Amino acid sequence: MNRFTALRRWLGEHLVLGLGILVLVYTFVPIVVVALMSFNDSSRSRNLYKFQEFTWNNWRHPWEPNGMKESVILSIEIAFLATLIATILGTLAAFALVRHRFKGRSAANLIIFLPMASPEIVMGSSLLALFVSSGFSGQLGFMTIFIAHVMFCLSFVIVTVKARLGGLDDNLEQAAMDLYATESQTFWRVTFPLVLPGIIAAALLSFSLSFDDFIITNLNAGQEVTFPMFVWGASQRGVPMQVNVIGTAMFVIAIAIVLGNELFRRRQEKALAA
Amino acid sequence: MATLDDVAHGANAKRKLTGYWLILPGAVWLAVFFVVPFFSLISASLYDPSGSVEAGYSMTWHIQNFADAFDQYKATLGRSLLYSGVATAVCLVLGYVLAYAIAFKAGRWKNLMLILVIAPFFTSFLLRTLSWKLILADDGFVVDALQTVHLMGDDGRLLNTQFAVIAGLTYNFLPFMVLPLYASLEKIDLRLIEASSDLYASPIRGFFKVTWPLSMPGIVAGTLLTFIPAAGDFINAELLGSPNERMVGNEIQSLFDIGDYAAAGALSVMLMAIIVALVIVFIRRSGTEELV
Repeated sequence: MNRFTALRRWLGEHLVLGLGILVLVYTFVPIVVVALMSFNDSSRSRNLYKFQEFTWNNWRHPWEPNGMKESVILSIEIAFLATLIATILGTLAAFALVRHRFKGRSAANLIIFLPMASPEIVMGSSLLALFVSSGFSGQLGFMTIFIAHVMFCLSFVIVTVKARLGGLDDNLEQAAMDLYATESQTFWRVTFPLVLPGIIAAALLSFSLSFDDFIITNLNAGQEVTFPMFVWGASQRGVPMQVNVIGTAMFVIAIAIVLGNELFRRRQEKALAA
Repeated sequence: MATLDDVAHGANAKRKLTGYWLILPGAVWLAVFFVVPFFSLISASLYDPSGSVEAGYSMTWHIQNFADAFDQYKATLGRSLLYSGVATAVCLVLGYVLAYAIAFKAGRWKNLMLILVIAPFFTSFLLRTLSWKLILADDGFVVDALQTVHLMGDDGRLLNTQFAVIAGLTYNFLPFMVLPLYASLEKIDLRLIEASSDLYASPIRGFFKVTWPLSMPGIVAGTLLTFIPAAGDFINAELLGSPNERMVGNEIQSLFDIGDYAAAGALSVMLMAIIVALVIVFIRRSGTEELV
């Protein structure tokens, strides 16, 4: 009886956490499948998307499928440029929203929220309509993909940096000012390092969103083929297993950066507390 | 001579302007490449439907496009709203459990769990959806297991059904539900929940009277961020469904592919109008400051 109540109490304490972890595990099932498939030998039956035989070959020759290397390079170039611009513009906007009072804030909030809350197909077709009606339909390609990616990454950058900035204790800045630091010294030596983990997180999110986007890109890419477009095209014919190598590698790199960023943030917080 | 007040006032005015300068570049980008395109889209939806890529397009206020598109695609529109509605409801249940666990039960594992929530974003959306195709396949282990325990007939299938499409949507948009819910739950003052139990509310009653209402901003934001992208998605319907499960996104994409900008535009505008109406209803309840 006593043991039963103890069990019930334990369950009550840990049930929600256990269920939460189960949900988390569920979100990782397809990722495990992607990683698994990167070791799949599909040479016997190309059209069968199923685990057949173990092989290292996909990892040894990742660029074998025709056109995949070019698509990955294009996606990385676009993601890099779009992230750079979106992170700069988004960080500035986040500072404006958190640190400055000005008229039109709610309009600004709305225009930032809407791109996250619009269906991609509508944003993509709107942009295409703009490009076509302004006579750029022949020039769809790198530039138009870049423009689109900065557009949809911006809001996510702003939200991420804003969250970090809003959680900052401004006592530290006050203290720096009290110690006769000028405004720019305070910014570069106190504020910026504290916000940096937020900016890095935003940049990483932006890079993944850009690298991963299919719907908007597909409408505005013209003749260019990004990595997701390559995968889409392949999914209609027969998926080369090397796409899973790229997917797995990207995942591992991103997780390493995120964990590194998190460690950096922890060390920084410890240093500040000391 | 300037008084101290004047100086402070001057500095204030300067700060106000700084705010505008900081937000200007981002705001201009969004205005030109997000807001203006909507008007181009509306204009495209009023093109003469006989236009084509070769012959060019002309805007003729052809409002009939909307009636035509509605007649032809009302079943698809309804199906899209139904699928994304069900997926959003399932996401709310799963997402709430996960967000609650992270906010109140995770302790020092909080940050790690949050990282794991967004981790799926780092593998391609398409690859993850293709994985579900493999998992739900007719000879896959899920179908096998269900058939072994006789929960499913021998000719039963999951892939290319409504179930697979809704499951795919649920899976892909779950993080968009979890993050706003977490943000909102985390702000709740735990003393309020303790107070409800001090006043003899059962944990369940306490949850529905205190925690749930206080997490409403997160519920609203999460619901919008899940429902809206899901309603416009076509990847899940294309990869996991059959032609019977086509959603409005699939139709818009195909119409653009064949160069029928008028119908594609009309259908996009209709989808957006439904969504804007929903957003307005939600914002009336919660304000904009909570959204971003």
